[in-house]
Amino acid sequence: MTRTHVRPPATREAPAEPGPSRRARGGPGRRGGPAWHRWSALAFIAPLIAYLVLFYGYPLYRNIDLSIHDYTPRAFVQGDAEFTGLANFADVVLSEAFGPALWTTAVFTLASIAAQYAIGLALAVFFRTSFPLSPVLRGMFLIPWLLPMIVSASTWSWMLNSDHGIVNSVLSAFGIGQINWLTSPEWALVSVVVANIWLGIPFNLVILYSGLQNVPDELYEAAALDGAGPWKRFWHVTMPLLRPVSAITLLLGLVYTLKVVDVIWIMTVGGPGDSSTTLAIWSYRRAFGTGQPDFSEAAAVGNLLIVLALVFGVVHLYLQRREARR
Amino acid sequence: MRHPTLRTLCAISTAAVCAAAAAGCSASDDGADAAADTYTWWDPYPQHEESSDWAARVDACADEAGVAIERTAYDTTALTNQALLAAQENASPDVILLDNPAVSTLADTGMLTTMDEFGLDTSEFDENLLAAGVVDGSAYGVPIGANTLGLYYNEEILGDAGVDPASITDWASLTEALEEVTGAGHEGITFSGIGTEEGSFQFLPWFWGSGADLGALDSPESVEALELWTGWLEEGHAPNSVITNSQNTVWEEFLTGEFAFAENGTWQVDSAAGADFPVGVVPLPGRDGGVAPTPTGGEFIVAPVQGDDARYEVTAQIVECMTTPEGLVETATTFAYYVPPTAAGQEALLEENADLEPWVDAVRNAKGRTSDDLGTDYPLISEALWGAVQNSLSGAMGPEEALEQAQDEAETAIN
Repeated sequence: MTRTHVRPPATREAPAEPGPSRRARGGPGRRGGPAWHRWSALAFIAPLIAYLVLFYGYPLYRNIDLSIHDYTPRAFVQGDAEFTGLANFADVVLSEAFGPALWTTAVFTLASIAAQYAIGLALAVFFRTSFPLSPVLRGMFLIPWLLPMIVSASTWSWMLNSDHGIVNSVLSAFGIGQINWLTSPEWALVSVVVANIWLGIPFNLVILYSGLQNVPDELYEAAALDGAGPWKRFWHVTMPLLRPVSAITLLLGLVYTLKVVDVIWIMTVGGPGDSSTTLAIWSYRRAFGTGQPDFSEAAAVGNLLIVLALVFGVVHLYLQRREARR
Repeated sequence: MRHPTLRTLCAISTAAVCAAAAAGCSASDDGADAAADTYTWWDPYPQHEESSDWAARVDACADEAGVAIERTAYDTTALTNQALLAAQENASPDVILLDNPAVSTLADTGMLTTMDEFGLDTSEFDENLLAAGVVDGSAYGVPIGANTLGLYYNEEILGDAGVDPASITDWASLTEALEEVTGAGHEGITFSGIGTEEGSFQFLPWFWGSGADLGALDSPESVEALELWTGWLEEGHAPNSVITNSQNTVWEEFLTGEFAFAENGTWQVDSAAGADFPVGVVPLPGRDGGVAPTPTGGEFIVAPVQGDDARYEVTAQIVECMTTPEGLVETATTFAYYVPPTAAGQEALLEENADLEPWVDAVRNAKGRTSDDLGTDYPLISEALWGAVQNSLSGAMGPEEALEQAQDEAETAIN
């Protein structure tokens, strides 16, 4: 990446002066001088800042505010919630439900993104060589992305219905007895993971496919000339060159999957019991799923999720820096 | 490689905020504009559009009071949250039609006027129905109508299996009937055991019918009720899908004509009449006979506190207009069927449609979920209860173990 830095226009007006930005402030005032320049820059950036503060900063602040107070419905209306510090977080972390929920979240997230990535990559490599109808087929893989979530999740839950679902009726044709996909504690999590993998494949396919477009054909030719078979070309050409794209795909997949509520909620409501309750479902249930909203606990769980996503983000940044320095 | 780094940062922060939004709550302020002659009205009936009979009735009452009503319909669960948000912003609507278990929760926040303050006489209303909105001796709303649960049956299937519906008077005779219909190759019973309030609503007739009390979820009576449901699943008398069935799904299953019985509510009376097979209904039986107490469903009219007291007078006129005997009968038919909450209204309804007598009786014997002084504790107990139902039906725990855990959860949540 050797793109030169775009110089500010002021530099071009006074090419003789080295580094106009270093000039003392309050020098001979001139339109286009540094002070003017700075203000106009601020004016351009102001709408963005306002937008970020209003739509990102404030909700985040409010979420933290909710989580460190005890907001019962009463306190919520009266505005006199008691400050409880980190008590909500302590309650959440120490509660019996936390361990299982964390485990469920980990299984759901890791299994989902691992399978989404593997299948997405396989399909991307498959579609790299164009063949008749390949654009159409590739387009069809995007369907899960285009369907409204309520449609795809409801369809999955009909297909997986214990008594009348198509999946069980196909299985029974092969002599396999009824499996309670959504209604048994052993299978509920598996079912929502499968549905979520299906939903996530298009995203992985699109990003990895576009990543593959940047891998020059010459490299494959050179590798082929050196005697590398398709498998070797994949491991020693495709994978290393896809590394940055893979990293971003996995990271985005991770943060998307951590916060999934809709699929699980529509298919199992986090049940039976708590067997498919992830942290995100826990948070949603506390806030909107019962007759008595507990916004504080919901926000505390939500904040834990944010921290979790941030931790992975920071780890990612760290690894990337280390690699860049090498 | 600086660019991916920057992009990553953006991605992380965007994702983090998305997670925050999922966890927090949606704030919106389509609250009431306190325009002097426009009154705001929220109800949980989005299925009744602006051109519907229901909307026309609301408008008619507004005309009678000489004002305009701006009506907004929300989904039932969203309505409670919207009401809380509006109250926080001091922008409550003038009237809310609220699902009855939510009344005590909202009353507890101080955002509702008592019916005394509001100036509405509640003496005409059936006490068992009014009770759901009574907190510390004051009524915070009046029911607009009530519904409850019964046991629908498919006459063809019962005929085929040789079961006389009149013989179903207690749990033993019901289970026997289920054995006979499943023995004859039909599906037995379907109900809703979903992990939401609907699951508790459907379980309560069996819970109360065994003599159990919501104060002790782990009582032997309660265990018996859950054993009954769990046993039906194990024996194949009920499909496994009841664990995720909502009440609507239950009804769809019943309408396929495969099921002998379905537990469902007053609101299906019209649909039952239009089914492809003859449908009958019997009361849900108690364990040892008699009619089980069923929970009341239905909405209350509540009046949130307004900055300007003067508005109550007109609002009260609107509410009175909605709750005259004729008005209640009209509401009843609009909602096919909502049993009027007053004796006069019930008589008027029966004059129009005598077939509804079993339902009127059921409503008279029904019990509010927040009654027995449970109030705002009810939602917490209910959540523990549906959790136990889920755990037992799915086989994750035995009925007894599930209910013991539920009782612990409920106690922790309340204290």
